[in-house]
This record gives sequence, structure tokens and C-alpha cells, in this order.
Amino acid sequence: MSVAVEKIGLYPRLRRLALPRTLISGTIIIGVSLLIAFFPALFAPYDPIAFDYKALLKGPTLAHPFGTDSFGRDVLSRVIHAYTIDMQIAVFATVGPFIFGTIVGAYVGYAGGLAEAIFGRVVDAVITFPFLVLVIAIVSVLGPGLGNMYVAVGIVGWVFYARLVAAEVKVQKRLDYADAGRVMGYTPMRIVFRHLLPNAITPAIVYWMTDMALAILLGSSLGYLGLGAQPPAAEWGVQIADGKNFMSTAWWISVFPGIAIVIIGLGFSLLGDGLAQLLRVRR
Amino acid sequence: MQNIGSGSLPLFSFVLRRILQMIPTVVFILVVTFVLVRLLPGDPASAMLGDRAIDADVERINASLGLDKPIPVQFLYFVKNVFTGDLGTSIALKLPVTTIIMQRLPVTLMLTLMAALLALVLAVPLAFLAALRREQTADAVIRGTFQVGLSMPVFYVGILMLTVFGATLKWFPVGGYGDTFADRLYHLFLPALTLAFSFSAVLMRNLRSSIIGVINAEYVDFARAKGLRPRIIMTRHVLRNALISTVTLFGLQIGTLFGGAVITETVFAVPGAGRLMIDSIYGRDYPVLQGLTIALAVLVSLTFLATDIFQAWLDPRVAR
Repeated sequence: MSVAVEKIGLYPRLRRLALPRTLISGTIIIGVSLLIAFFPALFAPYDPIAFDYKALLKGPTLAHPFGTDSFGRDVLSRVIHAYTIDMQIAVFATVGPFIFGTIVGAYVGYAGGLAEAIFGRVVDAVITFPFLVLVIAIVSVLGPGLGNMYVAVGIVGWVFYARLVAAEVKVQKRLDYADAGRVMGYTPMRIVFRHLLPNAITPAIVYWMTDMALAILLGSSLGYLGLGAQPPAAEWGVQIADGKNFMSTAWWISVFPGIAIVIIGLGFSLLGDGLAQLLRVRR
Repeated sequence: MQNIGSGSLPLFSFVLRRILQMIPTVVFILVVTFVLVRLLPGDPASAMLGDRAIDADVERINASLGLDKPIPVQFLYFVKNVFTGDLGTSIALKLPVTTIIMQRLPVTLMLTLMAALLALVLAVPLAFLAALRREQTADAVIRGTFQVGLSMPVFYVGILMLTVFGATLKWFPVGGYGDTFADRLYHLFLPALTLAFSFSAVLMRNLRSSIIGVINAEYVDFARAKGLRPRIIMTRHVLRNALISTVTLFGLQIGTLFGGAVITETVFAVPGAGRLMIDSIYGRDYPVLQGLTIALAVLVSLTFLATDIFQAWLDPRVAR
């Protein structure tokens, strides 16, 4: 008897423990990437910027699994060291917009009225601007480099988070528990940030994962154009640009960094999809 | 047109309202581009003259540009010039910026148009296949492939296409732009396919989920019960309704497409507006950079307007 009760009682808990497969695979990919990003020297067999004139443009061998580039640098070591810069781009370019956008979104969603009307026009204006064109223009005026890229992305990026949070807060503030908070005499600040936001932030967190993948695409594109990370730094976009003139003779210089970008992008997408499934967010 | 019928008045007022809503957007575009150039170290005159600047010349040019006036007055000058089509003179090419942009923009427009068409041709049938075989092998393969496509940077796709179909197989030219129309289509095919690659992934994902949403709607059951042929149901009823949200997405993605064109034109050496933008950055040709930013932003906001109107025509409920 007691066994049967236990079985019934356990069943829903076990179901809740079964994490989405997408979440597990995404977490593994991003977890390993972070590990490589923090300790690249543990994984890289060579110095990423050391020239070796005796091994120029060598194809993949046991000594150099991803081959060497036109300066004899080990492509595998450069791909590994690039994790540090590219994961940093993913985080630094998005964390500011995420925080600022969430705060603005929470305020706009709760206040409504004039704030919402003004915010609506700001959103319209910002999404009209071709994002990459604006970032390229800002970076070229402020000067090439990753710091200026973060500024440029931040000016625009917060809008998307604010829009998501505002929409969700608008729904949450009409629910009974928000009224209960008001009856208890809580300040609007406390209601919004302690009670509404934890329930309203999940779409923004899910979008954050996608945004990190987009940030890496953008960062590597700027690196490719010579406006992002500067050579000889190991960054995937810079590496692909280094190898573009050798594609017919030494494809490995550009192809492997590109595969690294695709894997990271898939990792963030899987993580985002998995979180959405886990937290039941509609995408 | 019968679906508008007597409802053409709401559509008209919708269009009018939508045009008025563009005003803040245009103001924002002008302020940003104005501030951008003010952020430059030194004054534009020194930037124009470079190392050979002498004080008298700098003053003369500053006066001719109205730069000796207060900032708000300068902004009004700037707005007046933009509206009269005067975007200044290129430092590198010594030609009016408007003339240069008019030469280069059609190339980019043709490229993005081809890319948009290719993306639709790829996305629509595959979205149908994935939606009708939902959760089956075909669906998994299509979605997996497109997920990889979404994670690939444009320049990487471009270099791979260039190497495989251009340099190795020699099916297409490795870059440049032709003289005749047919020749241009041929030259722009690979760049357009590159741009279409990630764009079709975005469209496919959206269209697949809308088709799944629409296919279970009651009016589709009704059409089936009426005995309509499946092909008619799919095109007239399912596709039309599923396209509504995709049209919005299509418009929202035009900005991304222009951004992608900047990179694609650089990879394939296509003499379009995107390539001009990169050249103007390397050459510190700020009037051209400013003019291009304005032109592209205005084009995008016009596209938004067009997609909103098209959407209101597809679904008259939007206009009310």
C-alpha cells in the first residue's frame, strides 16, 4: 500500500526532473566553451601568436591537427585562444543591454501611459536603423576595437529586452498577486522588482541566449572587416580574414574558426530553446 | 481586391496614421547621424583637408559648412540640406555624395531583392514540407540544416561559396559586377545566395510554425469538408494566412539584409552601397558614411511602411 502511494507521489517529481534534451546539450556545449575560454593555455598545444617559419601553410597533421597559417602559427591553438575573446564578446556585449533593458522595461510596463507611448516611438525609431550599419558607423567614428563595439551594441541592444519585459510586466501587473501587494501597501518599486519582475523576466533570459549568439556573429563580422578585435589577437573573424586569400591552397586557416562559431551558435540556440521549454515560454 | 471592399477607408486612414508615425523615426535618424559626425575627433574641415590643413582654409570651410554657428543652428542647416538632397561632397571622390549614392544604391537594391526572392523560394516549400511532416525525419533534417545556417556568419558562408562554386567549380564568377542585365544577374547570384542563406532560415522557422498554427484552424477543416482540392486549400487558405506574420518578419529583417549586404559586397567585391560604406570607413570619407547611413535608414523605414500596408491589405483587421 505504502509502496503504491510512493510511486504515485514520486511520478510527477521524476517528470519535473527530466530536463529537456536541448537544455542538456546546450549546457554541455556552452559549459565546455566557458572552460576553454577561462583556461585556453591548458588546451592549446602551442603559443597562438608565435611565428614558425619552418612550418608555413602546413595542412592538418598530427603535430598541427588544424594545420598552420601563413605565419606558421598553429591554427588549433589560435582557435582555442579565440574562445577567450569571443566568449567575452558574447557576455560583454549583452549583459549591459540585458540589465538596462530589463529596468526600463519593468518601469514602462508598470507605469504605462505616457512612458509607454514615448517608449513605443523609441522602439520604432531604433528598430528602423539597420543594426549592423549603425554599429559599423559608430565603431568607425569612435575607432576600431571591441570596447567601442560594446558601446555601439549597447546603444541599440537594450530596446529588445525592454520590449519583452514591458509586455510581460503589463500582463503580470493585472494579476491578483499584484493587487494583493498593493493592498498590503507595498511601494510600486517593491511590487515591480520583488514580485512582478521574477515572473516577467523569463522571455528576456531566453532572448539573452539568442542575443549572445548574435553578438558573436557581430563581433566576428567586425573582426573580419578589421573593425573589431585587432590582429595579431586570436579571434575567429580575424582568423577567417587571415585565411581568405589562401582558401584554394590552405582552406584550414579559415574553415576551422568558422566551425567553432557555428558550434557556439548552436550551443546558445539549444540553451535558449531548452530554457524556453523548461520555463514554458512561448517563442 | 474584394477583401478590402467597403473597408478601403480604414485602410486609407491607417496608411495616413502610419506615415505620421514615421516622423519621430526620421528625426531620430537625423539626430543620430548628425551627432555621429560631431563625435569625430577634430573638426570636419581638418578631416577633409588632412595633413595639409592651414588655418585660413579650415576657417573658410568651417564657415561654408555653417560650423561657426551654434550647434542647434547647425542641426537645422543639416536638416535643410538633407531634405533638399544635399548630403555634402565626398572627400575621396570630390563628387556630390548624393550622386555617388545614386550610382551605388541600385546595385545593393538588386542584390537584396534577389536575396529576398531566393530566400522565399527556399523557405516556402521547405516550410510546408517541415510543417506537414512535423516531428518526422524530414522536419528534423530541414530544421537542423537551417539551425546550422542561422549560426553561420555571412562572411563565412560567402567565402565558402566563393571557394566552392567560384574558384574550384568555376560555375560562377568570383566577384565584380557585369555590364548587361543578364550578366549582372549571373554575377550577383552567389552573393545573393549567400545573403539568402541565413535569411531563409529565419523565414522558414517562422513560416513553419505559422503553417502549423493555421492548418488546424476551423476554416481549413471547413474548406476540406467542402471538398476543395488540397492544392487550393494549401495556397488559398493556408499559405495566405500563414504569410501574414511572415510578411511582418520579412519587413523587420530588411535592415539585417542591408547589414548583410555590406559584408557580402565586401567578400565578393560587388561595387554596391555596402562596399562603398566600408571603403568610406577605410578612407575616412565621413560625408559619404553619413549620407549612406541616412539613405539606408530611410530605405528601411520606407520598407517598414510598405510591409505594414501590405499586411493591412492581407489582413484587413490590422487596419482597424
